Amino acid sequence: MHEMSLMESVREIVEQTARANGARRVARVQLQIGALAAVEPEALRFCFEVVMNDGVAAGAALDIQTVPGAAWCWDCSRSVTLEHGGCPCPGCGGQRLQITAGTEMRVHEIDLQMEQESSQCV
Amino acid sequence: MCVTCGCEASAQVHGTGHVHDHDHHHEHEHPHDHATAGSMPGTAGLGVLRPAATRTVSVEQDLLAKNDRYAAQNRRRFLAERVLALNLVSSPGSGKTTLLVATLHALAGQWPLAVIEGDQQTSLDADRIAATGAPVVQLNTGKGCHLDAHQVGHALDSLALPSGGVLFIENVGNLVCPAAFDLGEAHKVVVLSVTEGDDKPLKYPDMFRAADLCLITKSDLLPYVPFDLLRALGNARAINPSLQCLTLSVMSGAGFDQWLGWLERELAQPRPATVRPAGAAAGAGA
Repeated sequence: MHEMSLMESVREIVEQTARANGARRVARVQLQIGALAAVEPEALRFCFEVVMNDGVAAGAALDIQTVPGAAWCWDCSRSVTLEHGGCPCPGCGGQRLQITAGTEMRVHEIDLQMEQESSQCV
Repeated sequence: MCVTCGCEASAQVHGTGHVHDHDHHHEHEHPHDHATAGSMPGTAGLGVLRPAATRTVSVEQDLLAKNDRYAAQNRRRFLAERVLALNLVSSPGSGKTTLLVATLHALAGQWPLAVIEGDQQTSLDADRIAATGAPVVQLNTGKGCHLDAHQVGHALDSLALPSGGVLFIENVGNLVCPAAFDLGEAHKVVVLSVTEGDDKPLKYPDMFRAADLCLITKSDLLPYVPFDLLRALGNARAINPSLQCLTLSVMSGAGFDQWLGWLERELAQPRPATVRPAGAAAGAGA
């Protein structure tokens, strides 16, 4: 369940970003996860709720954007798009694929709710 | 305080897993409710009279960036001491520790050697390694399913690096999670025993993709199990065309010299450390 460790990293990145920007709370976190990354988006969703539970991003929405996978096929010598890891070349059915994109796991952007407390507030 | 990374805990060789985030979040709630027309849903009681402005901030930070920074630090330490660091990964029960014990006996006196053992619990494996005379540190991950570069960095603080020799890092028995975590090693070595399925590379492709060498162990049991060696090799190379594969048995000794030969070639001609495709661990070759 390394998704939990990865989500702890997300929490650190989110909290640092919120602090650096003087944000009150975090409304949305967008992750970009490659289609071939060694991570399960559903497990990430589960961990997000657990890990963010008592922090500045408690209740925030999680948006996971999938980055398509790509590989170089050594059999038909061209770049191909891969739906998921372990599938053969969609062009020739070859298995000898060198992955060139789709393994990324990153925090892309965060929606912050900024401090706007009025001085009239007592 | 740890001088390597600034964390509060000193190096722990047992039961690591200290936490770096010392922040706490204060909710400064007001005792009254500002239910004004301008307040946004969900902001009542937070002292907000106007709608809270929402700002989108571009972040672009890799989830493994922190691990990869520690991995780069470890890699620099290995390069400085000309240590060949190998990260041994497999499912539980593939024979990693048995392989290590035999390897340590075979190389003792020829090369400086050291071992970092990773397990969820106990120091049973470290005890087996210590009996060979090799320096060893046991890391217990507790609830953790993999070693990370930070834990390994702390283990290095309490282990004399085998200058010019080999550091074996035996990862937690798990064919999934350790694939993603660079420890600073020169190579991941994936161990697959013939008592497992020959379809394992297809079922757990991430690990076979991340490895540079695949050792197929327990080959003395081939006559007794329905493991098709050629199919296993084909599956492994289908997942990773550049994966080197060796077949061996620690019990019978068959093929063991090939593994020792691979180690000696690596030791004689240290290659630049492999870098994850994401470009993490940049500067590793510095």
